[in-house]
Amino acid sequence: MFRNVPNRKMSATPETLAYNSKVEGDVIVTRTDAVINWIRSHSVWPMPMGLACCAIELMAAAASKFDISRFGMEVMRFSPRQADCMIVAGTVTYKMAEVVRRIYDQMPDPKWVVAMGACASTGGMYRSYAVLQGVDRIVPVDVYVSGCPPRPEALLDAMIKLQKKIGQEASTQGLLKDRTKAAV
Amino acid sequence: METAPGFAKDYAYLMERESADCPSYLCPVGEILGFATDLRDKHGYDLLVDLTAVDWDQDSPRFMVVYHFLSSTGHDYLRIAVNCTDDESPEVPSLSEIYPAADWHERECFDMFGIKFTGHPDMRRILMWEDYPYFPLRKEFPLAGIETPLPAADIAEVTGVEAIPAPMMGGPFVAPSEGRVSESEPRAKDQSWTETSPKPPRQEAATE
Repeated sequence: MFRNVPNRKMSATPETLAYNSKVEGDVIVTRTDAVINWIRSHSVWPMPMGLACCAIELMAAAASKFDISRFGMEVMRFSPRQADCMIVAGTVTYKMAEVVRRIYDQMPDPKWVVAMGACASTGGMYRSYAVLQGVDRIVPVDVYVSGCPPRPEALLDAMIKLQKKIGQEASTQGLLKDRTKAAV
Repeated sequence: METAPGFAKDYAYLMERESADCPSYLCPVGEILGFATDLRDKHGYDLLVDLTAVDWDQDSPRFMVVYHFLSSTGHDYLRIAVNCTDDESPEVPSLSEIYPAADWHERECFDMFGIKFTGHPDMRRILMWEDYPYFPLRKEFPLAGIETPLPAADIAEVTGVEAIPAPMMGGPFVAPSEGRVSESEPRAKDQSWTETSPKPPRQEAATE
């Protein structure tokens, strides 16, 4: 975007004190964090952990009417190895909790979790012996979405919030951190 | 083909039960296999629609298995109830050889009530995990559940999580049967207590 800056006289105007391609070439000065976060936040690959009716809204969010690809996160991967954001969409039973955690463990770092809907966030209306009361008991959750089920717009909003959150991370420090010991 | 109650008099062991809809009979546990075979082969009840159980709590016999049959030619439902043999470890012969639909229904019934279906090809739990120690639909089991280890020991160790009793907060949650549908969201029956203000001790019923 800076390649075609028209040639200007080299005088100490505020304009030339800023970036000048004739002087600096194709160099952009920035922070590593900003670059890494910019890359990460604009290529979120979600892992659709669809467990109940929320998954239908998740599918709607990916379909043409709502079109999650506008925000660069349409590459839904059903293999945890190829995904970095688990969208837990639905009721997590105790029997399924094990699977959710294992799939989370199989996802490569860095990774994020969105708890979509009341059930994934708190157990929802299932105050029952069989249902995990909030997926944050077994995996660290970044964004919670209210609703039963949430509208696709609500999920899009959550994903944009997640992008903002990714944008604020200290990613450079994270590169050196031993994430295998990350606690829940 | 004659539907119930027409042929019921041919089976002396059947006892008629009170019913608000379809004909209903109580069948002795020893006769259910033969009777179900007759239902399918002679009376046209070719579909096992449902199979469930009732826990009568303090009464004996405590467990009753209830079958719903449908005749697809006679368009007629039939309800058959069978009392289980034992109150402690109830048993009933499996119908899965006669009606393949019974297979998973019986597994669910075993999972929820602990009723053993003898002769079943694969008598395992179907909903709860294999090591789950309770039968959730029995009367003594609380709706919120009982503290139990998670099915996967390694996950439980990493997360420190176990299956805990769910917070009921005035539950059970029911939709009021009266009033406008738009205002009948399911809500707790008793909303006077929450997670922060605990439930008051139960008032003993006033003696008269």
